[in-house]
This record gives sequence, C-alpha cells and structure tokens, in this order.
Amino acid sequence: MIDLKVNGIQRSFDGEPDMPLLWYLRDILGLTGTKFGCGMALCGACTVHKNGKAIRSCITTMQRAAGSEIRTIEDVGVYGLHPVQKSWMEVNVPQCGYCQSGQIMQAIALLNEKPKPKDQDIDDTMSGNICRCGTYQRIRAAIKAAAGESA
Amino acid sequence: MSALTNVSRRGFLQGVLSSGALVLCVHFVPEALWAAEASPQSRADQSVLHPSVYVGVDTDGTVYIIAHRSEMGTTSRTSLPLILADELDADWARVRVQQAIGDPRYGSQDTDGSHSIREFYQPMREAGATARLMLVRAAAQQWGVPEAECMTDLHVVVHKATGKRAGYGDLAPVAAKLPVPKKEELKFKPASAWRYVGKGQTSYDLQDICTGKAKFGMDAQIDGMVYASIEHPPVLGGKLKSFDDKAPMQVKGVRQTVTIDPFTPPHHFQPLGGVAVIADNTWSAMKGRQKLNPVWDNGANAVYNSDQYKKELQATVREPGKAARNQGDVYAAFGQGGKTLEAEYYVPHLAHASMEPPVALADYRDGKVTVWASTQNPQAVQEVISEKLGIPKEAVTCYVPLLGGGFGRKSKPDYAAEAAILSKKVGHPVKVVWSREDDIRFDYYHTVSAMYMKAVLGADGLPTAWLQRSAFPSIGSTFDVNATIAGPGELQQGWMDIPFNIPNLRAENSGAAAHVRIGWLRSVANIYHAFAAQSFTNECAHAAGRDSVEYLLALIGPPRIIDIKKSAPDYPNYGGSLEAYPIDTARHRRVIELAAEKSGWGKRKLGKGQGMGIAVHRSFLTYVATVVQVEVNDQGELSIPRVDTAVDAGLVVNPEATRSQFEGAAVFGTSLARFGEITATDGAVDQSNFDSYPVSRMNEAPYQTNVYIVESSAPPAGVGEPGVPPFAPALCNGIFAATGKRIRELPLSRSKLGA
Repeated sequence: MIDLKVNGIQRSFDGEPDMPLLWYLRDILGLTGTKFGCGMALCGACTVHKNGKAIRSCITTMQRAAGSEIRTIEDVGVYGLHPVQKSWMEVNVPQCGYCQSGQIMQAIALLNEKPKPKDQDIDDTMSGNICRCGTYQRIRAAIKAAAGESA
Repeated sequence: MSALTNVSRRGFLQGVLSSGALVLCVHFVPEALWAAEASPQSRADQSVLHPSVYVGVDTDGTVYIIAHRSEMGTTSRTSLPLILADELDADWARVRVQQAIGDPRYGSQDTDGSHSIREFYQPMREAGATARLMLVRAAAQQWGVPEAECMTDLHVVVHKATGKRAGYGDLAPVAAKLPVPKKEELKFKPASAWRYVGKGQTSYDLQDICTGKAKFGMDAQIDGMVYASIEHPPVLGGKLKSFDDKAPMQVKGVRQTVTIDPFTPPHHFQPLGGVAVIADNTWSAMKGRQKLNPVWDNGANAVYNSDQYKKELQATVREPGKAARNQGDVYAAFGQGGKTLEAEYYVPHLAHASMEPPVALADYRDGKVTVWASTQNPQAVQEVISEKLGIPKEAVTCYVPLLGGGFGRKSKPDYAAEAAILSKKVGHPVKVVWSREDDIRFDYYHTVSAMYMKAVLGADGLPTAWLQRSAFPSIGSTFDVNATIAGPGELQQGWMDIPFNIPNLRAENSGAAAHVRIGWLRSVANIYHAFAAQSFTNECAHAAGRDSVEYLLALIGPPRIIDIKKSAPDYPNYGGSLEAYPIDTARHRRVIELAAEKSGWGKRKLGKGQGMGIAVHRSFLTYVATVVQVEVNDQGELSIPRVDTAVDAGLVVNPEATRSQFEGAAVFGTSLARFGEITATDGAVDQSNFDSYPVSRMNEAPYQTNVYIVESSAPPAGVGEPGVPPFAPALCNGIFAATGKRIRELPLSRSKLGA
C-alpha cells in the first residue's frame, strides 16, 4: 500500500508500484487536468508539484511518490485564480491549451524559486515544456507579468 | 446545464484551508459531453426560438450558438459564434457555445484547409440576422408598431419613439411563431456597428484551460470503460503473423488481447491493423503491450529506405516532368544562353506531433456507436466507423471535445475506428490512447519532396526564363493505390500560382510512389514549394547583386491580377472563386513593403553573424511576407531574435487569434526548418519521440514575433496555415545573409552553420 497526499487529500494506492503518478492521477483519481504528452519526461505536459517542486509525473512512479504531497492544476486557483493563471489569461497565452496545465505548474514552481526571473532563467526552466502551437513568447510575457504582480 | 457542485464533499477543505465552511462552486459543464445516452438534439434545437441549426434563443434570454467546427487552437469555436452573436446583437456574456456532434446538417465540419471563417462567415451572419429579424418582428407585432421603427440594442429590441424595450428571452416565444424570413429579407449590420467582428476576443475556453478544467479528447471518461494500447505493423501494409497472448495477461490490470484486421487497400482512414491490449487503465495497457512480442509479415513497403529514396527523387527532378503551369517557352529561352542559375532543394517527411496524441473513446451498444474523438472531422469518424462495423452512418454519434492540437493529423480518424472496433469486440466502452511513439511512427506524414530550379537572368539581373520542378509522393496515395502523380490540390499550393512577372515560366511535377501513409500537415505542399521558390528567388537576387526586398518586388512586378487560368487551366484557387479571390500582386507587394518597413530592412545596423531574410507567399487565399532576423555565433549555433510578419487575410474576424496563429506559425516553421525529419529504414520509421523527432522549445524558438495585419474589406481568407510557408525560406535567406551559407536541404540540423 502506497500512501500519499493529492491536493491536500490523503490517498492510498494498492496497484502496481511502478505505475507512473500521471496515470494514477488521470485514470484512477479522474484528475485529467494533468496531461500525457510523451511518457519520457521530454515535453512537460504532465508537470505537477511534488512537495512544492515541479516534477514530470509521467516518469515518477507511485513508489517514488510515496509519502509525498502532490499538487495538480485542479488545486491551483480553486479559491480565486492564482497570479500565474491570471496573467496567463491577460496575456491570452493558450492556443489549443493541452500543454498549458504543465506550463502553468512549471511557471509557478519557477516563480516560487525565483520571484523575479530573468530571460535566461525563464528559458532554462521553461525549455523543458514543449508547446507545439508555439505560444512561447506569450508564456515568457505572462511569467514576467505574474512576477510583477506577485512582487 | 450548470452543475452545482458541493466542493467540500470532494474534500478540498481537508487540504490547505480550515474546514467548516461550505464552499459551492458553479461550473459550466458542456452538455452531454460524457453522457452515454446521446441526443441529436442540440441546445439550440431545444430552444424556444431556433430558426437555424446554428442558433437558439431560450426564454431566459440565453443564446445557444453551435460551434460545428473542431477547436484545436485556432479559436474557430469562438470566432464563428462571435460572427453570429454580432449579427444577432447578442450579449457575448449571455451566449453559451455548444460543440456540435458530427452531423451533415451543419455542412462541412472538416476543420482543415484554413477555411472555417472563409466558408462559414456568411452562414453565421445569416443565422444571426435571421434570429434578429424574427425578434424585431415579434416586438413590432406585440407593440403594434411598424417593424421598420424597431431596432436592436445589446440583447434587446427597442422602439425609440415610445421608449419600449423587450429582452430577447421575452420575445423568443412570440418570435418562434413567426415564419422564418427568407434570405432576401435579411439586413446585415454595417461594419461600423460591429461589436465583436474585427475587435478580437479571447477563447471561450480560456479560463477552463488555465484551470485544468477544459475537456480534451484525452480526458474522456464514462462508466465501465476500459483502455487499449495497440501494437501496429511497423511497415505500412504489414500483417500480424503471431504474438504472445499469455505474457501480457500477467500484468496487473490487463483484461485481454484483441486483434484488429489489417486494412483493405487503399488505407484511407482505416486502422492499420495489429493487436491491442485491453486493460483497466492506460498504464496497464501500455505495459502489457510490451509483452506481446509480435511477429510481422512486413510486406511490399519494406523496400523503403529514405536515403536511397532521396537520391531517386533528386534524379527524377533533373528530368522534365508534367507541366502544371506554362507560359512562354522556357526551354527555348534557356537555349539562347545568358547567366544561368540552377539549384536543387529537398524537404524530408514531417510528423504532426500535436501535444495530444491521437485518442478516442467509443461505446458500441446494440448496433450503435457513441464516440468521443479528438477529431478535426466528426463526419469522417461516422463514415469510417460505419464502414468498418457495417452499420449506418446515422448509427454513429460523434462528440468532439477540445483537441490538443491537430495540424491535419486528426482529420484522419483511424484511431476512432480502432476504438469502435475494439468496443464491439470486448463489450465495453474502449478508450484508445496512442503513445507518442505510436503518433510519430504511425502518422499520415507530410510528404518528402525534391525540387529543381533553373533561371536565366537578363541584363537587369531579373529572370527571362524560370523553370521549377517538383517530385513527391502524393496525398492521393492515401485514397487511391494507383495515385503517384500529384493533383491540382497540391500543385496549386505555391507551385502553379508563382506570382512572378517572367515571360517564360514553367512549373512541372513528376510522380513518386508512396511507401508510408501520406497526409496533409499545416500548410501542406506550400511548405516545400515556398522553400524552393523563395530560396531560389534569393539566390537570383544575390547573383544579380541586388537587395533581396527590392529584387522580390521587381520579380513580382507591377500591381495586377494574374490571369492564372491562361497558363494553369487546372488551378483550383483553394476552392475560392477567382472573382472573389484573385491572385492580386498588389497584395503581395503590400505585405512585402509592410514587413520590410516594420522590420527595419536596410536601416537597422546588424552585428557580426547577424542577418535578415525575407520571403513572401500566398496560401489559403492569404498573403504573407515574413522577415526573419537570425544570428549565428562562432560555434555555428543559430538563434532567432526577431520575426516580423505582415498578413493580408482580407477581413479578419478575430485579430487577437490571428496574431496568435502567426506567432505560432513562426514556431512551427522553426521546428520544421531546424529539426523536422522523418526517415525510414526497411519501411519502418526511425523516429519515435521528442528525443529523435525534436520540435522547437522556448530557447530554440524566435524570441519575438511581431504580426502586422493589413486592414482589408476583401472577403475573409485563411489564418491557421498561411504563416508557415514563408518562414523556412525567410530563415534560410537570413542565414545566408549572416553567414554566406546557402541552405538547400532541410532540416538545418543536417547542415553545419559554423566556419
């Protein structure tokens, strides 16, 4: 039995310990905001927070998630939009939107660590998250806008 | 339907906030999105007033507008309803957009070819104007005043003289009893009265996307469903000889293995065949699949090796092909000598690689199928399932959730047919999830192409004769096993319609056999045609010793309408009439001048290793010029600090979405130019995930793309695709300006840019 917290709720899992957290979230808990993109930590669509740090849930096994606190996009902005979500909307970042849960989770983690990120910080952190529609310049603008707001 | 959800019951309060408070949140749930019982009735149909399949007005004043085209990021789900809402004078805040099921009564739902706005601008206006006129007539009747004295304001009808006002909801029941007005009776709002058209509006789904609530095809869930992961034949047309049906069963959660028959040629949108592992969750299905140990009979396409094939294509274009356009006599002109330039270009196969891989959930029950598919074409989903299961098309109900990208791949619903076939075989709803590896190895690929260009320059450096030849396996091969010659649908795309003012001009094409599935990818044949033509233009400018922009304008010549049918009788003009959408070189010139001016062409001082390149291209009836500024450092590493793109797409309904599309097109163009390459060995595709098939990341993409939209009252044209074609040649022309290195083959990852 694997115990973990997901969005503040204590959960127990008795399935295969090598199941990636992504599929536990999506198929077992029905938290479909976190997306599947590559299964190899190459695209970042599956980004969630584990103990406050951005991780790729597609390669994080349930074994490795044991005992941790997981936060997904569904828990962000429940009581009013997060500044990052607000700036994402103001800048009108998304096109298809599929990668944006992962982009937002990654951006929140970045701003938690570096409240005033420079271009290089944004590039270094966000280049792990692919957007095939090509919204990168708006993502960069939205992160800067959020950094201004949370300052 | 608004679903009132008691959030505390879901346990949020056990988390960060102290418990005790009752938190309620109201969230709009897309009607019947995940309901097993499907109804062909839309909310518009069920509304009191519903004069058109696209719109309904209910007694509470809610206006239901049907989005019948798929939403994959181009914002058509928002922009088309906006046109209708504008003409209806409806308050956008009181509009509910409902996504249509696949149904021919909506007209074409095939969301590709950049024609959603072009084709449905007028039908949307008519639907809105019809409902508005009926509401006005209802008010006039109630108040006993002449119809001509009544007008609409936001969501109300007003009679100025008496100061009477009535809301749309109150008028709907009266209006519903009136006959639906004829088209000739409709009066459209003047452009000056538009509230939404041309003003820009963000996506209807923006907040849901930013909060993780938006429902994509990947998110489909219904009771009792099981999951499937499918092993496909690695070579097109391959057949399953044997597999291990025991080993997968040892994986926890695996329920069974099921074979899928191979297709009957032509492959069209049929499943490839293979063997599926059915499981309780996606992971178990994927893991079980690894134990299948399938053995294949690869069949005839195992001969396909892309390196060898490239040489054959290049040899083909060195020989004359079939003329798709001809004016004057290039061969005679070549015989007269002069300064001659020749160059060959090559663009490999590309994969779509939308962020959401192909996915569909299907539920077969009693001879009927309900399917939730991430599809650009729900009517094609109905057709292929009907064909594969031997049931009527009307027995297939296809819901269309949001698409996590499409780019043309999701017009081909082979994966939806897989889900339906499997659901019938296993007796449960089945969700088919393709892995990224499946997506890249079993795509309908953008074709591989070789181009040969030859020009003779006159004394002024401008060509007196221009010959262009291309060869590539045709998309037609997907629909006809004997199709090896490209059709006008492909040859119109930047080949027949070359807009240059040259007396002797000839465009040729030669056939080539397909060994993988060939499909359309964002901007299609324009990609390689524009790459060759606009790169070669730049070569000519350099040979003539003239500025690239000035030369391009000279080559296009004076503003005029090109009489294209004279030299290319088969030219289809993307299905648009040449009267409404002529090839107008004044519009080519204007976007070139605008992009050059805004980019600071010839005025900005560039540093070491920096350069600017330009390209112009008309596609999907839209004119685009792009200037790309590049920088190549001493290590040969490329960066793209700035892109300036000028767009003339006629009337632009949603400028905000249009800017997004062209920003995105610059990134899409960067991806294909820098990295895009699918190769095959013994018939099997070599690439499989974003490690072997990279697409642009933030640090590789243009830093800043500026989009300038030409104000125009010309009929609306496409915006989803036309930004892509000029990008790669503009980039490569910029690389030439920066380094002196001419790029004639894509992707750039095959070339050394450094010294």
